[in-house]
Amino acid sequence: MLTAPLIVIASFAYVGLLFAIAYYGDKRADAGRSIIANPYIYALSLAVYCTSWTFYGSVGRAATSGIGFLPIYLGPTLMAALWWYVMLKIIRISKQNRITSIADFIASRYGKSQMLGGLVTIIAVIGIIPYIALQLKAISNTFTIILQYPNLAPAEHVGTPLFLGDNTFYIAMLLAAFTILFGTRHLDATERHEGLVAAVAFESLVKLLAFIAVGLFVTYWLYDGFGDIFDRAAQTAELSALLTFGGEVGNYATFASLTLLSMAAIMFLPRQFQVSVVENVDERHLNKAIWLFPLYLLAINIFVLPIALGGLMHFPSGTVDADTFVLTLPISERVPWLTLFAFVGGLSAATGMVIVETIALSTMVCNDLVMPVALRARSLRLTERRDLSGLLLGIRRGAIVLILMLGYLYFYLAGEAYALVSIGLISFSAVAQFAPAIIAGIFWRGGTRDGAVCGLAAGFLVWTYTLLLPSFAKSGWLPIDYLEQGLFGIDLLRPQQLFGLEGFDAVTHCLFWSMLANIGGYIAVSLAQRPSAAEHGQATVFVDAFRQSGATAGPRLWRGSASVNDLLALLGRFLGPERARETFESYARSRGARSVESLAADASLGHHAESLLAGAIGSASARVMVASVVEEEPLGLDEVMNIIDEASQVLAYSRQLEQKSRELEAASQNLRDANQRLQELDRLKDDFISTVTHELRTPLTSIRAFSEILRDNPRLDDAQRAQFLGTVIKESERLTRLINQVLDLSKIESGNAEWHSSEIDMREVVDDSVSAVSQMFKENGVQLDVRLPQELPSIVADRDRLMQVMLNLLSNAAKFCKRPGGRVSIALARQDGFLRVDVTDNGIGVSESDKEIIFEKFRQVGDTLTNRPQGTGLGLPICRQIINHFGGRLWVQSQPGEGATFSFTLPFNPALPQARAAA
Amino acid sequence: MAKRVLIAEDEPNIVTSLEFLMGQIGCDYQTAVNGEEALRAAADFRPDLMLLDVMLPLKSGFEVCQTLRGNEALRKIKIIMLTAKGRETEVAKGLALGADAYITKPFATRELLDTVKRLLGE
Repeated sequence: MLTAPLIVIASFAYVGLLFAIAYYGDKRADAGRSIIANPYIYALSLAVYCTSWTFYGSVGRAATSGIGFLPIYLGPTLMAALWWYVMLKIIRISKQNRITSIADFIASRYGKSQMLGGLVTIIAVIGIIPYIALQLKAISNTFTIILQYPNLAPAEHVGTPLFLGDNTFYIAMLLAAFTILFGTRHLDATERHEGLVAAVAFESLVKLLAFIAVGLFVTYWLYDGFGDIFDRAAQTAELSALLTFGGEVGNYATFASLTLLSMAAIMFLPRQFQVSVVENVDERHLNKAIWLFPLYLLAINIFVLPIALGGLMHFPSGTVDADTFVLTLPISERVPWLTLFAFVGGLSAATGMVIVETIALSTMVCNDLVMPVALRARSLRLTERRDLSGLLLGIRRGAIVLILMLGYLYFYLAGEAYALVSIGLISFSAVAQFAPAIIAGIFWRGGTRDGAVCGLAAGFLVWTYTLLLPSFAKSGWLPIDYLEQGLFGIDLLRPQQLFGLEGFDAVTHCLFWSMLANIGGYIAVSLAQRPSAAEHGQATVFVDAFRQSGATAGPRLWRGSASVNDLLALLGRFLGPERARETFESYARSRGARSVESLAADASLGHHAESLLAGAIGSASARVMVASVVEEEPLGLDEVMNIIDEASQVLAYSRQLEQKSRELEAASQNLRDANQRLQELDRLKDDFISTVTHELRTPLTSIRAFSEILRDNPRLDDAQRAQFLGTVIKESERLTRLINQVLDLSKIESGNAEWHSSEIDMREVVDDSVSAVSQMFKENGVQLDVRLPQELPSIVADRDRLMQVMLNLLSNAAKFCKRPGGRVSIALARQDGFLRVDVTDNGIGVSESDKEIIFEKFRQVGDTLTNRPQGTGLGLPICRQIINHFGGRLWVQSQPGEGATFSFTLPFNPALPQARAAA
Repeated sequence: MAKRVLIAEDEPNIVTSLEFLMGQIGCDYQTAVNGEEALRAAADFRPDLMLLDVMLPLKSGFEVCQTLRGNEALRKIKIIMLTAKGRETEVAKGLALGADAYITKPFATRELLDTVKRLLGE
C-alpha cells in the first residue's frame, strides 16, 4: 500500500508544495504585499528550531532519560522571556547596520574585522555539520523504515558503500538542490527570503500537526489517555524511574548545562539568527513571538512522554530504536495515512532545518570567508571584473553543496555511534561559543577584536578536543586510546576528563572548559588592550543601539567622496547591473531626487551602497570595496572626539569634574593674583600720595614762612621785602604747576584724559614751540638750532599735547645746558616709517644709571643746591605717557659731561600712501 | 655769646627763610645742603642746635641724627627735625633716634622760634 514510488512522490509533492509557497511569497514580496508581515508567521518561522531532533529525537531522549529531553525546550522558553531586551537589541543593531548573518554581526561589532568574520564562519560550519548529519540520519532512517512498511526492520546503515551506493547521499544532494532553489535564485542586499520564511512557517505547522496527530493516536487510540499511560508506566520500575529526577543522566548539572546550551542555541544558531533577526520584518512582531513561540514548544512537547512510554511498553524491550517511535508506532498499528503523515512531518522538520541552516551558512561562507580572500587575491583579478553577481551565486551554491557533503560525511563517519540528541548537542556546544562575544559585545564597550578572536578560538579548540574529536574516536575513525588514555598518554589530557575533571557528562564537561577558556580569553585580552578607533566606533554603534536613530548610525562614521557612477558600477558588479540600477532608483525616489544621476554622491549614498554591498559580500568586505572607489577621508578629530565622548560617558563625566576643579583652581589663582595686584597698586598709591604730599608741602613751607616773616616784620627793607614776596609768588606758581601736573598725569594714567587728535604737520609744532621758548632762551643766553626737512608726511595726534612735550623737552634742555655757551638743537627726520624728533643739549648729560630713573615720577636728578633743578619731577613721565599714547617711544641718549639727546618717535598717518612708502 | 645754629636743608627758599629767622633772634648760623655736609659742619662749626631736614640728599636726617647721638663730642647738640612727611611713625622714629623736637612742614614761624629758644635756653 505504501510503496516506494508513492512515498517518493508524496515527499516530492510535499517539497513541491513548500516550493510553491516560497515562490508565491517571493512574488508577493516583490509586489510589495508581504505575506509574512504578521507576528504569527514570524513566531511559526522561529519554530525552525524544532527539527527532526524534536520530531524523533525527543522521544528517543525521553525513552532513555525521561524528562531529560526538556532542557532543550526550557532554555528557549527562558530565553524568550529576555527577548524583549536582548533580541530586540540584536534586531535593532542588525537593521541599523544591515547585518546579514551571525558572522557578520560579530565581525561588525569588533571593528568590521574580516578575520573575525572568517573565524566565526569556520566555527559555525564545523559546529553545524553534526547537526546537518543528524537531519540526514533521521531522513535516511525513517525512509528506510517506511520503505519496509508494514514490516518493522531496524534501520541498519553500517556497511553500505559511501556516496553512490548510499540512499543518504542522494537525500543530501536532493536537499542541496532544494536549498539552492529556495535560497539562491537571486541576490538580495538584505539577504532576506520572504518566500522561504513563509515555507518555513508552513512546515512548522505541518510538523506540529503531524506530531500531535501521532501523539493523539498513541494516547487515545493505543491507550486511554494520559492517565492510563502514566499509570501503566508507573507500574514498571524501569519506566517510573524515567519520571523522576536522579540517576546517572538525570543529574542536575546536566539539566542545567543543557538548559544553558539551548538558551544560547535559540539565539545564536545560524538559522535561528537568520529567521529571528535577518528575516524579521518588524521588530514589534517580537512582542507576540515572546509568548507564541514558547507556546509552540509546549504544544510540540506535550505528547513526547506519552509516545516514549507508549513505545517502550508497546515494543518488546530493545527491538525498536526509540528515536523512531513516532513512525514505528503508526506502522505497527498499520495506519498508513498516519504513517505517511508522520513521515512527512519528520521530513518537513528535517528539510526546514537543512534549508534555512545551509542558506545561512552559505551566506557566511561566501561573505565572510571566500569573498574577503578572493577580493584580496590579486591573481583572481576579481576587483576588475564587471559583473560578480554570478560568481557570488556560484560560491553560495558551491557552499551549500559542500556543507551538505560534509554533513553526509559526518553522518557516514560518526552518525551511527550516537543518538539523534547527542549529535545535536555537539552542535549546540559549538554554537554556544558565540555567546560571550555577542552578549558582552552589545552591553560592554570594552570588548576588543583580539579579545573576541582569543575567546572564540580558545572555546572552539576546547570544543574540538573534548567533543568533536571524541565523536570520531567513538566511531572508530580515530584511535580510541586517545579518548581513554589522553593525548600522548597523558592522563590529564583525557578529552572528556580534562585536567582530571570527572563526574560530568561529555556535554557539561565541554561546556565548562570551553566557556572557561572562551570567556576568560575574551575578557583577559580585552582588558589588556585599548580598543582601536574602529572598535570604539562599532562598540558605540552596538552598545548604544537603542539611543541612536537608524539614519545616523552609519553615515556619521563614513566620510568620503565618490561619483555616483563609480558606486553604481561597483554595486553592479556584485548585484548585477539591473538590480543595482533598481536599488539606486528606489533610493533616489526615497530621497526625492528626479533620477539616479541627480543624486548627490554624499556620505549617505556611500553608506547606502556599502550596506547594499554588505548584504552581498559581508560588511567587512563591503567596506573595503567601497573604500576602493571612494577617496575616503580619515576620521576628523571632531568625529573621533564624538566617538570617544559617546563611548566613555564616565570618562567624560570625570573629565568634566576635573575640568571644573581646574577652573576653580584657576579662578582662585586669578583671585589671589588680583588681590596681590590690588595690594601692589594700593602700596604704589600710598607711595604716590606720600610723595605728592611731600612735594606739595615743600613750596607751601616757603610760602608760609615768608608770609609770616613779612607779617611779623613790617619794617623790613624794600629789597628784602621784594625778594621775599618774589619767592612767595614763585613758590605759588610752582605749587599750581605741580597740582596741574599731578592731575594731568593721573588723568592720563587712569585713561580719563581727553585727546583731540587731528592730522598735523610736526614742523609747525616745532616752529610754534621754538617761538614760545625763544624769549626764555635769549634771556639765558642759550643758542637754539632748528633743522627741518623740506617735506614730511603728516601724523595724527593731539597738537596741544605734542606742544606740551616739546616745551617740556626744550625747557629741560635750557635748564641743563652749559652756562655760558649753552647750545640746543632740534632735528626732525624719518626713520623706519616713523617720524623722529631729537632735542640735543650740551649740558652735563645723564649718567647710565639715571637714564630710566628720570622718566619715573618725582625722580629728579641732581644733588647740590646749585644744580638742583627747578621742576616738579613729573614733566618727563608725562611726556613719555603722551608719546606712548600715540604709538611712539621717548628715550634719552647721553655721555655724561657731553650733553644729552632726548628723542621721540611717532608713527606717520597710516591713511597716507607715502607713509606706507616711507615704511 | 651768641648761640650757634646749623641749618641742614636742601630747599633754597626754605634755607633763606630759616637764615632770616635765626638772624632775627641773634644766632650765628651756617648752612649745609646734604647729610654729609651737615655732619662735617657739625664737627667744624660745633653748633648748639641743628635744624635738620629729614629728606636730605646723600644721608638722610635720621642717619645724621643717629650719627651725632653716637658721637661723644657731638651728642649734646640739640636737634630739631624738620620734615614734609608728617606721619606719626616718622615723628616717633625721629624722637626715638634722639631728636629733641619734631616740626612738620609747613611750619608756623612763631612755633619754630619758640622751640629753638626753649631748647637753647635750657
